[in-house]
Amino acid sequence: MAEMTYIQAISDALRLEMRRDPRVFILGEDVGVYGGAFKVSLGFQEEFGPWRVIDTPLSETAIVGGATGAALMGLRPVAEMQFADFISCAWDQLVTVAAKQFFRGGTPVPIVVRLPSGGGFSGGPFHSQSPESSFAHIPGLKVVCPATPHDAKGLLASAIEDPNPVLFFEHKHLYRRIKGEVPEERYTVPFGFANVHRPGDDATIVTWGAMVHTATEAADELAKEGFEAEVLDLRTLIPWDKERVLEGVQRCSKVLVLHEDTRTGGFGAEIAATIAEEAFEHLDAPVIRVAAPDMPVPFSPPLEKAFIPQVADVVAALRDLAAY
Amino acid sequence: MAVREAEPVGSLQEVKEVGLDREDLLAIYRHMLLTRGIEERGHILYKQGKIPGSFYTGRGNEGAAVGVGTAMGPNDVGTPLHRDMGVHVTRGVEPWRVFAQYMGREGGPTGGRDGNVHMANAELGLHTMVSHLPAMLPVATGMALAFKIRGDRRVAVGWFGEGSAARGDAHESMNMAGVRQLPVVFVCDNNQWAYSTPTYLSYSVEHIADRAAAYGFEGVVVDGTDVLAVYREARRAIEKAREGGGPTLLECLTLRMEGHAVHDDAFYVPKEMFEQWAAQDPVERYRTWLHNHAGMTDDEESEITSAVKRILIEALDRADESPLPDPSSLAGGVFASFEDLDTPHHK
Repeated sequence: MAEMTYIQAISDALRLEMRRDPRVFILGEDVGVYGGAFKVSLGFQEEFGPWRVIDTPLSETAIVGGATGAALMGLRPVAEMQFADFISCAWDQLVTVAAKQFFRGGTPVPIVVRLPSGGGFSGGPFHSQSPESSFAHIPGLKVVCPATPHDAKGLLASAIEDPNPVLFFEHKHLYRRIKGEVPEERYTVPFGFANVHRPGDDATIVTWGAMVHTATEAADELAKEGFEAEVLDLRTLIPWDKERVLEGVQRCSKVLVLHEDTRTGGFGAEIAATIAEEAFEHLDAPVIRVAAPDMPVPFSPPLEKAFIPQVADVVAALRDLAAY
Repeated sequence: MAVREAEPVGSLQEVKEVGLDREDLLAIYRHMLLTRGIEERGHILYKQGKIPGSFYTGRGNEGAAVGVGTAMGPNDVGTPLHRDMGVHVTRGVEPWRVFAQYMGREGGPTGGRDGNVHMANAELGLHTMVSHLPAMLPVATGMALAFKIRGDRRVAVGWFGEGSAARGDAHESMNMAGVRQLPVVFVCDNNQWAYSTPTYLSYSVEHIADRAAAYGFEGVVVDGTDVLAVYREARRAIEKAREGGGPTLLECLTLRMEGHAVHDDAFYVPKEMFEQWAAQDPVERYRTWLHNHAGMTDDEESEITSAVKRILIEALDRADESPLPDPSSLAGGVFASFEDLDTPHHK
């Protein structure tokens, strides 16, 4: 085991996959000489050469479309969006081509698109978004949102191996803030299995990404008052671990769904609706959603802090649940 | 780098120099007749109510499509569009599967999951188009990128129209292909009408191929009704790409001889324009050339014509026998499994 930051774990996974499978290559803006905007691929071009670590023009459409074409020809491209926000420029290639090509043509599109997402550092409206719900709504795409270095490494290996287009949402605010024990060798974390990040039986908090840590801090706070909330880290949204969520509902009878993305139409709505449909009789309180308000991500620190769900917001919601 | 306007093809000797023997020449004719025959019978099927949705043809584009399709090597790949039935036919699609596709039957290449010309057979090196044009150009560019990375001596061909040339996908893919000198040929089916939009409202240069200069590669304009000239230019571009010479933009100038789709009577196209282009119908033009330059006899011609008719009759019967898809199969096929990767084109 080695202690790694979240971003080191991502680099490590990528490096190991490229060493073990010559079909894996990366393409994106500034990924080569510069090593990527966040330095995930720093030193990669020296090790793997300029044709496996490809600096592209500023062309998100050509990056994702190019990845799709290369995947159809048998390679395993890992495309980097400099920021998840810029995936909007490649929407068509992902949603119209990559997501539907296997359904229509029987030809799998094994691509990974890495998406540095999330806020918390005054990135403003175009460098802070968490657009995972938009893509979770598109049949044919898989959506991965790791919260820990261990999962980031294992899920990225699974993503590269997967025969489908996978969107890999890396939370930028976790990059250097979160450290953890990570096996040095290659391993995979399978899609569709939630992880109990913090055990508890009084309520279950269903969340993913950076909010796993916010939820854990809030649950620790409530534990002082004798209320033990479970933090269930979904890890992947498509597929999502419905069974484990419903098990948590049955056991705890109180549910809080938490995400950094905006509220209306967020993936939390899908979770809450599923619980209402399939576990209504187990609920002792209405499902509570804590999410960002329906607005662009603001720039100025006090505004951004008010926008992104904070530990205090989750604590308040848990107190409501406890009191219900 | 100015755009080059290709000369028409003249004598049989000229054709031999570009690598076609008499057998090839007759095969080209057969493919053009099959292409037109498939689409003419498609019209009938549509009028009989057997084709759900809409129906699109490439009438007038048979020469451009068959010419490029013939120039592709056996391991080359491409992303043909809805005016390019000739590419599918030349690469060897079985006509009954096209009819089955039109009618939403199980036997079509997409098994009823998609319709009309949204089909392709990966084992023939063709990958199915989407409606959002020219979204397949970045994909073809990525195929060429894979060839370049692996050092394969293969070429990707990406098709687009003069209308979709206005979209950013065309720019991004051509720019990236130019920067990386990728083995890709961009083929513009310029049929002069993007639905009802004429060329002067789509672009403000003389030729779409003029744009190639902006990406650092050659642009060529060819008369798309001259199948042999298209073949010669496509072959030159493809082999240049194969040898590491980078991309080419090949613009095939034709006229869309029907409406955008079957519902559209193309009232906005001037009558004289139709008359002018009808006089250089690609199939008729090539038939005449074969008689005048390749000594095609009447017997040879009727042999080809009746063979094509027979193929089409059998194809219609076989397609009609293909069942409609079972609704219980609806949910399948959204996500691929590891076994699905075990296909020739993924190796």
